[in-house]
Amino acid sequence: MLNKRVIPCLDVNNGRVVKGTSFVNLRDAGNPVELAARYYREGADELVFLDISATTEERKTMAEVVEQVSKEVFIPLCVGGGLRSIADMNTLLRAGADKVSINSAAVSDPDLISRGAEKFGRQCIVVAIDAKREGSGWQVYTHSGKKPAGLDAVEWAIKAEALGAGEILLTSIDADGKNTGYDNELNREISSRLNIPVIASGGAGSPEDLYNALDKGQADAVLAASIFHYGRYTIAEVKQYLKSKGLPVRLEN
Amino acid sequence: MIALVDYGGGNLKSVANAIHALGYEFKLTSSPEEILSAEAVILPGVGAAADTMAGLQSKGLDKAIKELVARDIPLLAICVGMQVLFDYTAEGDNTKCLGILKGDVKRLPEGLKIPQMGWNQLKQRVSHPIFEGIPDGIDFYFVHSYYASPADPGIIGATTDYGVDFCSLVISKRLIATQFHPEKSGSYGLKLYQNFFKMALGDKK
Repeated sequence: MLNKRVIPCLDVNNGRVVKGTSFVNLRDAGNPVELAARYYREGADELVFLDISATTEERKTMAEVVEQVSKEVFIPLCVGGGLRSIADMNTLLRAGADKVSINSAAVSDPDLISRGAEKFGRQCIVVAIDAKREGSGWQVYTHSGKKPAGLDAVEWAIKAEALGAGEILLTSIDADGKNTGYDNELNREISSRLNIPVIASGGAGSPEDLYNALDKGQADAVLAASIFHYGRYTIAEVKQYLKSKGLPVRLEN
Repeated sequence: MIALVDYGGGNLKSVANAIHALGYEFKLTSSPEEILSAEAVILPGVGAAADTMAGLQSKGLDKAIKELVARDIPLLAICVGMQVLFDYTAEGDNTKCLGILKGDVKRLPEGLKIPQMGWNQLKQRVSHPIFEGIPDGIDFYFVHSYYASPADPGIIGATTDYGVDFCSLVISKRLIATQFHPEKSGSYGLKLYQNFFKMALGDKK
């Protein structure tokens, strides 16, 4: 049986891992290469690196980080943040990333999803969606949650799948960094309508939150940052909990 | 010498990192002669089967791979690298493949999310040196929409369940093929590479 995945997320700024609340108020959380190696040893199923400064200079730093991590970490690595072109994707994939995640660029140039899928295979192309509750639905935001895109998140996810996305990384802006649980209505709404995997992100505060995202939210994987970075829970503890609740997880690594 | 086949695609970097982590050296090559003089060959795979076939054919590597299997040179084929060993695949417009192994490649059944992306268990069908130190039922990392269906059930080394109990590892003499990515499957994935190198090279590095 396919396991549910637990994925630590490393937001990288100026070569350091940072974490904020609703995308602001950043705190330092360590060296990305060391943190990645630790999560690998603890049983992470995959790692996501997001370059949150998204400058050209920082993308080079990110490629160096990925290059170092990929030499000692033998699980899938996904990298995103500020990628705008096939050339940007190529740089990170060549550095050792297995998947790239695109967000703002996919909204302004949806064809980039198709071009990426055609060139690298759809399993390589993760479309990241930052969604915020508005009225009875969710609006897509770009530029680190600052700019409304004028798109309905559910419709955009369906379109991204049709264009060739291999996976959706779905972040609730409302829940992000608050440690009070994922937006599981959002997760369920999107996961149940798509035929590609959905990674739930934003709001993890306890192992129970992760369980709810995978169970009620019907997500295929859960992303979490601060609960792991600041040592509140280890990945092994979280996975033991998920297992005790009856979810399939990988325990031996 | 270990040859890593470069046909213009594939997850070369990840495979290269895994080989180095185990302390082995390799030659990245697209030369049929070099491949045929290797002691062990790795055929990586990521992406579409049609692109993989076109990449192999453009460099004359399709014939070299058939020849190396005929000579029983140890070969490890990964993911799409495994799929193209069969007669043809349903991917694209029924792409014709190398025909080294009898059988075809089918799309995963509807009803589950496709691609299968993540960790799933390997149910070992046989006792074999490729599984040394790897307990039955260990998880490996998969990412694929198609799976191989060998005509000869005797070559099925392991199966994995995803809507269908499909062949996730082939053993045919000194040819090993995996649908999963051992280079992305943590310490047990590295162990599988180590076992393959040991089968091919003995204790030599």
